[in-house]
Amino acid sequence: MKRIFKGRVVFAQKTKGKALVTHQGFNTLASFYESLVKKSKRAVCSDQDNPDLYKKSLTNKIICLPRSIGSTSAGATWEAVAERKIAPKALLFSEQIDSLAAGGIILAALWIGRPIVAVDQLGREFLASVRDGQEIEIDEDGTVEVLEVRPRT
Amino acid sequence: MKMEDLSWVRLDLAKDEEDILRGKRGRVLKKVMRTVVLYGQACGAKKLVPIEGPAHFVISMAFTGLGPRMEMVDELVGAGLKTRDPFTVDPRAVDFDNLSCSPRQESVFREWGKNQARYERQLKKLGLRDDNAFTCTCYLPEVGNRPHKGAILAWSESSAVVFANSVLGARTNRNGAILDLLCNLAGKAPMFGLLTDEGRRAGWRLEIATSRLPDPQLLGGAIGKKVQEGVPYIIGLDRFLGPGLSEKTEDFLKDMGAACAALGACGLYHAENITPEALDQKRRLLIKDYRTYVIDDHELKETRTSYPVLWRDKGAKPKRCLIGCPHLSLGQLYWWVTKIREARSAYAKRKADIEVVLFAAPDVLEKFKKGKQASDLAGASGVKLSAICIESFMKNPFVAREPVITNSNKLRAYTTARFLLDQEILDVMAGGELTEEGIG
Repeated sequence: MKRIFKGRVVFAQKTKGKALVTHQGFNTLASFYESLVKKSKRAVCSDQDNPDLYKKSLTNKIICLPRSIGSTSAGATWEAVAERKIAPKALLFSEQIDSLAAGGIILAALWIGRPIVAVDQLGREFLASVRDGQEIEIDEDGTVEVLEVRPRT
Repeated sequence: MKMEDLSWVRLDLAKDEEDILRGKRGRVLKKVMRTVVLYGQACGAKKLVPIEGPAHFVISMAFTGLGPRMEMVDELVGAGLKTRDPFTVDPRAVDFDNLSCSPRQESVFREWGKNQARYERQLKKLGLRDDNAFTCTCYLPEVGNRPHKGAILAWSESSAVVFANSVLGARTNRNGAILDLLCNLAGKAPMFGLLTDEGRRAGWRLEIATSRLPDPQLLGGAIGKKVQEGVPYIIGLDRFLGPGLSEKTEDFLKDMGAACAALGACGLYHAENITPEALDQKRRLLIKDYRTYVIDDHELKETRTSYPVLWRDKGAKPKRCLIGCPHLSLGQLYWWVTKIREARSAYAKRKADIEVVLFAAPDVLEKFKKGKQASDLAGASGVKLSAICIESFMKNPFVAREPVITNSNKLRAYTTARFLLDQEILDVMAGGELTEEGIG
């Protein structure tokens, strides 16, 4: 069983991974800063104001979010987490991508050659239905497949 | 020679912009323009527009995650790129003269700062104004990077962006670090969002129904959390602040906006009868299907209660009190020094056992220090002054372990600092005991 959504490609390549969902804006600096300062080998969310993500690992996850919020340092933050190889595998936005995330993703791709996959405008239904831990497959044309996780019997 | 393929470009570009993209003005500027064009396309822009005023950037530090990599800076400088007008940047992170540091804290700061001098020399080559250009409140009269109404800009620093848009009526999007610099080196900004008339209209009608003037940082936090990236049209602040802009009102809006932007993604608000576009266009700024929300005393109390205390020992005595995120205005500096002196003399204790530091722009501090009365006050109340960024200072993991109090909601959101209202801070300075629940 899978659900299929279609979004707009910001930066796409074929990839798959596990979903991590935030229903509120993703505060990029607040989420990554502690991991950057501590030079951690994986990023753990340090945003105290985000109960969906606080203390959860962000590295290699597919973050499902409405949009990003917070400090404009975020442009450099995205570039830094990509450079340190602690970035999420992909960002799936239910709304149109915001200027901070857009800038950061483009910098990561163009200036250090480590793109972060990003698809936006996936819609409210996408964010309402996707759950932490679900397998997600992203295609180059912005198609997002969310695979249902069957409960263990 | 093979013509550069620009089939990926969806923006309507001018001839000079296309020439840059084709590499006619060098390889590095071509890469800069390519970044700006892709950024515009991702954000739904249709074209680029010329930047009309000096920039302000968030990228003051040569530290990964906050500023550009040195390799990138060197590449830009090496290509001879420079902004059209001199720019200002956010504050530095280190001040050993005015903030006490343990050896471990100092060693972290020295590690962070090892490239800073070279970074600042490179920033000057890119157009940094001078050694005093380090503040998040570049728009204060003493600093002078104060754009005119309607000016097209490409700024970063969320608190400066929201002030420039809302209080000054200039036009800038919330540009991310580095993109800010690249747009200004190209001299162009993608036309989307807050640069457009449509993007500046309000989707929220926000009524302030409190019994008195709320704390600006608490109110800003509540607004940001509610509207996120939306533009609110705020009704009811003029009941307390009066119509139009005064120094006091600008200070209030500066602090409210900073919290609004930190807790949400708000880059513009209109305050009825106060801010320039609200004065001009009034409620016509509201879109047809706007949403309404009311903020009252109860809501602010709940907002406050929801803030966790992140100190290791939640009942600890505060070690530092850090005030000025965003940087204080001259008027706020006078207010705090006077109030702290009064609070301490009421307690008959001239020297408090917590380190109290007030933060403001270098130009503001210079003016403050020139007044004899002011410097006497500062000395008498044992307060230290600094021009660094508290938020960056507190990012030092060994500082983050300390019990720090602040009146900044932005600082609270990004660090382990505990948020207190102004009067509560003064009560602590006057010997009031701070428990997990509040002032005893």
